[in-house]
Amino acid sequence: MSKRTRSYIEFLYILPFLVLVALVSYYPLYGWVYAFHDYMPPKPISSETFVGLKWFEFIVSNPVRTADVGRVLVNTFAMSGISLAFSWFPMIFAVFLNEIRCKPYKKFVQTVTTLPNFISWVLVFSVAFNVLSSTGAVNTVLVSLGVIEKPIAFLSSKDHVWFRMWLWLTWKNAGWAAIMYLAAITAIDEQMIEAAKVDGATRMQIIWRITIPCLLPTYFVIVMLNLANFLSNGMEQYYVFMNNFNKKSIEVLDLYVYNIATTGRGNYPLSTAISMLKSIVSVALLFITNTVSRLVRGEGFV
Amino acid sequence: MTTKAAPKKKHINPMNRQSPGDRVISVLTYFIYAIFAFVCAYPFYYIIINSISANNLSERGKVLFLPMEIHFKNYERMVNIPGLMDAAKISLLRTLVGTLLTVLIAAFLGYMFTRDTMWKRKLWFRFVAVTMYFNAGIIPWVLCMRNLGLANNFWGYIFPMIVQPFYIILCKTYCESVPKELQEAAEIDGAGTLRVFWQIMLPVVKPILATIAIFAAVNQWNAFQDNLLLMTNRPDLDTLQYKLWQYITQANSLKALISNTTNSSAIMAGLATAATATSIRMSVTVVVVLPVMLIYPFFQRYFTKGIMIGAVKG
Repeated sequence: MSKRTRSYIEFLYILPFLVLVALVSYYPLYGWVYAFHDYMPPKPISSETFVGLKWFEFIVSNPVRTADVGRVLVNTFAMSGISLAFSWFPMIFAVFLNEIRCKPYKKFVQTVTTLPNFISWVLVFSVAFNVLSSTGAVNTVLVSLGVIEKPIAFLSSKDHVWFRMWLWLTWKNAGWAAIMYLAAITAIDEQMIEAAKVDGATRMQIIWRITIPCLLPTYFVIVMLNLANFLSNGMEQYYVFMNNFNKKSIEVLDLYVYNIATTGRGNYPLSTAISMLKSIVSVALLFITNTVSRLVRGEGFV
Repeated sequence: MTTKAAPKKKHINPMNRQSPGDRVISVLTYFIYAIFAFVCAYPFYYIIINSISANNLSERGKVLFLPMEIHFKNYERMVNIPGLMDAAKISLLRTLVGTLLTVLIAAFLGYMFTRDTMWKRKLWFRFVAVTMYFNAGIIPWVLCMRNLGLANNFWGYIFPMIVQPFYIILCKTYCESVPKELQEAAEIDGAGTLRVFWQIMLPVVKPILATIAIFAAVNQWNAFQDNLLLMTNRPDLDTLQYKLWQYITQANSLKALISNTTNSSAIMAGLATAATATSIRMSVTVVVVLPVMLIYPFFQRYFTKGIMIGAVKG
């Protein structure tokens, strides 16, 4: 077999998988054409259904829609903003976890706090429902202690939705996110810490002057990734926690595009138009943050 | 100077020296992490003990620390919950098929992308890798999956998830660290590309495949969104995650259904074992969460390894 034939044959081996990637990852980009049509399934799109930029204009020309999109953007920015503002939490979690000298205890805490990362949002919701319902553990304890007189309806409350969503996100992810920092801590030069101890530094001083500065490069990457994903909160968490009471403040962009496509008669073109704009802004954000990272750290994360 | 330095030498290990401030921090740290651990672990414990306690007690939130009047009727009754067993089959099937294919594809493409002999290798690698950084959005995606016939079709759970660029990159990096001589020797002996992959490379990359398999399996087991988006007309294809979500939101109607189907003697047997909305919610939750909880402690090092490799790359 000649070298040339072999190089083509090797390409043929991977061709089926390239086709699969083209179909499931690239072909959906073609789905953006639905944003330019009056599409009502099951009737397929054709030249007759083409409406140009109608749906994009609709977003800004229809006052109700514009207000809606504005509200959803506020929710998205609030949820992402809170996450960003508290993005240091896993780092601090790791730093103090590392201070625990008792190895089995440390391991236990680590195992238990990382577990929620591996359960689905549906299960998180189920946990929340079981623990927070009117007969759940939290209400039972609070009532029997006399802190409250009657059970609080935590899940159907429309107050502090943004913050509570952050709490659940943190409950699920913080322990897991801390692992990366724990790994970075083990890479810190022991001699530096020994030297500080010999000079009489307290533990807080060591944490503040050595550990945290050594973790900042990792933290920086996390912040950049947070910024790159600023518009992409995903829909699953918000979808499972959504109800009629909190809907107004829980709808983020990813959930909103789902809701407008599935509720009522289902407006697929409008939904597609909004998610198309979102995708374009997201890619732009990725480029910007990656460039910033390259300027600051000398290397990007893409 | 010398007099000051002398007492210091007594402390051979300065690690053991703690100032009063340090000691306060130590105690606080232990205490605060106990709270974190409790907050993460207790909800699971609470659900498990309630699912095996007397249903009339769990219904009223009486079971907080230890199971009361233990019985397993809630689990025996699971076969009566409509759709649950079918959903369990679907969940298991997609986890098995999806994981197997994801791992094989990651290994194969990871290996193939190290073959410099391949026509336009770099281009194809980029073609696959770049898909990590964009997506069209869920609705265009759904519309296109419908066009491809993957909606309301079991393969809709599988095909979109099995080519994972990140896993492929992991395998590629791993294959690159394997000495080239190993492959060359096999090729001189007349082994073709596929044979080298199957007999030489696959056994070598096994350690990384274990990590990938764990992640792929957990992702498949936990997947909910593809069920929600794609399987709109095929309730028989619903997964456990989706069913659980339905049961939580419709537990009361389920309870009526189950009370009607269980024979009257079971109802006569008393309130302690009769189905309640709470008992259904909790026992189904345990069934869905248990596989992950059981494998997690044993495979924790693989999980941890996964994020480490990811971190090195990122």
